[in-house]
Amino acid sequence: MTENGRPRTLFEKVWHAHTVREQSDDTPAVLYIDLHLVHEVTSPQAFSMLRERGLAVRRPDQTIGTMDHSTPTTPRNDLGVIPIADAMAALQLDTFSRNCRDFGIPMYALGDEHQGIVHVIGPEKGLTQPGMTIVCGDSHTSTHGAFGALAFGIGTSEVGHVLATQTLLQNKPRTMAINVDGRLGDGVTAKDIILAIIARIGIGGGTGKVFEYRGEAIRSLSMEGRMTVCNMSIEGGARAGMVAPDDTTFEYMRGRRHAPSGAEWDAALAHWRSLPSDPGATFDQEITLRADELIPMITYGTNPGMGMPIDGAVPAPADEPDVNKKIALDKALDYMDLSPGQQLLGKAIDVVFIGSCTNSRITDLRQAARFMDGRKVADSVRMMVVPGSQQVKMQAESEGLHEIFRAAGAEWREAGCSMCIAMNGDQLRPGQYAVSTSNRNFEGRQGKGGRTFLASPLTAAASAVAGAVADPRVMLAN
Amino acid sequence: MEKLRHISGSIVGLPVNDIDTDQIIPARFLKVTDKAGLGKAAFCDWRYLEDGETPNPDFILNQPDYAGASVLVAGNNFGCGSSREHAPWALLGAGFKAVISTDFADIFRNNALKNGLLPIVVDRDTQQQLFSLAEEAPGTEVSVDVEAQALTLPDGRRVNFPLDGFSKYCLLHGVDQLGYLLALDGDVRAFEASNPQRVKTTV
Repeated sequence: MTENGRPRTLFEKVWHAHTVREQSDDTPAVLYIDLHLVHEVTSPQAFSMLRERGLAVRRPDQTIGTMDHSTPTTPRNDLGVIPIADAMAALQLDTFSRNCRDFGIPMYALGDEHQGIVHVIGPEKGLTQPGMTIVCGDSHTSTHGAFGALAFGIGTSEVGHVLATQTLLQNKPRTMAINVDGRLGDGVTAKDIILAIIARIGIGGGTGKVFEYRGEAIRSLSMEGRMTVCNMSIEGGARAGMVAPDDTTFEYMRGRRHAPSGAEWDAALAHWRSLPSDPGATFDQEITLRADELIPMITYGTNPGMGMPIDGAVPAPADEPDVNKKIALDKALDYMDLSPGQQLLGKAIDVVFIGSCTNSRITDLRQAARFMDGRKVADSVRMMVVPGSQQVKMQAESEGLHEIFRAAGAEWREAGCSMCIAMNGDQLRPGQYAVSTSNRNFEGRQGKGGRTFLASPLTAAASAVAGAVADPRVMLAN
Repeated sequence: MEKLRHISGSIVGLPVNDIDTDQIIPARFLKVTDKAGLGKAAFCDWRYLEDGETPNPDFILNQPDYAGASVLVAGNNFGCGSSREHAPWALLGAGFKAVISTDFADIFRNNALKNGLLPIVVDRDTQQQLFSLAEEAPGTEVSVDVEAQALTLPDGRRVNFPLDGFSKYCLLHGVDQLGYLLALDGDVRAFEASNPQRVKTTV
């Protein structure tokens, strides 16, 4: 699979195979898009533009819609309907339904058995496949890179470009290999890997780059774990993160609704096996972490790069030589109401949120449920468990996980983005502290004035039981 | 999109690194179906007190000295976070025509350029100089020549900034990029004819 004898990376292969027109001095490359995912929040203005210009959706058969961001996750009423209390959300969802219907795009509406977070349903339906180009008006589109796809978030103007032309203008990004060698210890998960990576490179460390995650620890992860890692590539500043497809990928895909079957499966498999980076392929940058040195991670500040090992102490602005970074850290600690040198272990919390496109898949819920089994959520804590899709919810219920969560005192909700982005009424109150399995701890992200500690589902579950930030390894050992 | 050839306006500084799109416009304002009227939501949680309506007198954009500022000077890595194009829509709605920083998050930069909001990358010294000027001499004006890719400071110093040729062409001529892509329909058809469809969503 070398071109002119030159070894190529996974990214270069996928990029090259989708180039309709090469980049020149005057114009960016024109990339063909295999799959376009749309949702209610970042698409309405793009559909309006199509209407104004009298344009059709070029490939509705390569486009799929789902409702996720502004949908309520409150339990269904007696009629089996999920009520929408917010008039603006209702209008946005109605508009989305009408747009998808008018332009011939298949769409999973609120309450549909296939509805869910856009980055959960793509893989779950077998729509996400190795070697594809996938875009969505959502920065966490990087999630799909776990399959060896080139997947990235785009703005609403670009959503319009893809709807109208199935192509996108892109300048070729640089590449960065992130090697995670060795094996994870007990109680340490994919989420801890990616939080450690972002703490090391910073939230701008990947700007202009595509990551390829490599090494034994990545190969050992389930597809769900790889999705967690790739999901937060954007929190490291990279638009895309990729993992080479392997037998774990193929096993996950086999038999899924939109995955190839029969002779098509064999042909696809041959193609997919040709995708991994060639031996000797070079990257513009390369870093290495040791998985066996990692422990559970947690963030203390107001961006995902402000993270540390869970037994660490909050850093002091006074120790920060860079004046801009010092100001940012000061501002973050003020917002979080934390002191330099303070330990987070034992810090009382109000809410635990398990969910989001980062950590709402069946393996995440199994991990958390196994931990909660026989334990109770502390009286002072509200724990919400929000499955990533209706299919995840049904699977979890067939395994009895919802009973474990409910018996522990947690809320078992309908599928959606929920408190990750807090658009739908699921939100923190001012001043509250949450341990959250989501991806962003920005000021106000989970509700105005709310304070977020990002962590893994295991750490979130342990903290729910303790009523305070807790290291899951301690309780796992008991 | 309107043509953008020159910008001149007064600067205001937000010397905070990593200003994310949730600060530029909080997610609760994304339940809209058009682009209009988002200016009021720009920096909403910094700009207003807890009631969400009373201007926070400590926030720099609310200070009379900076009323009418149209060039925002920001800390490093401006616009990180989500893909929401509501961020440049809100900044434009709040009267900004350009943002100056040492670097921008990829998606924000793309979104800004498609709406005629100019992201200007400068070196750290220039950024710090602008922060000082904005603080010490409110009302300080800068001018920008898009064609020359040059920012002129009050002392007459010209600082060049990078801008890819295609975006520059689109800004100068007020054209959007979709027209260019639509004209490539023949190339796209040829591509589709020689490559298999990878997935079909309608089955």
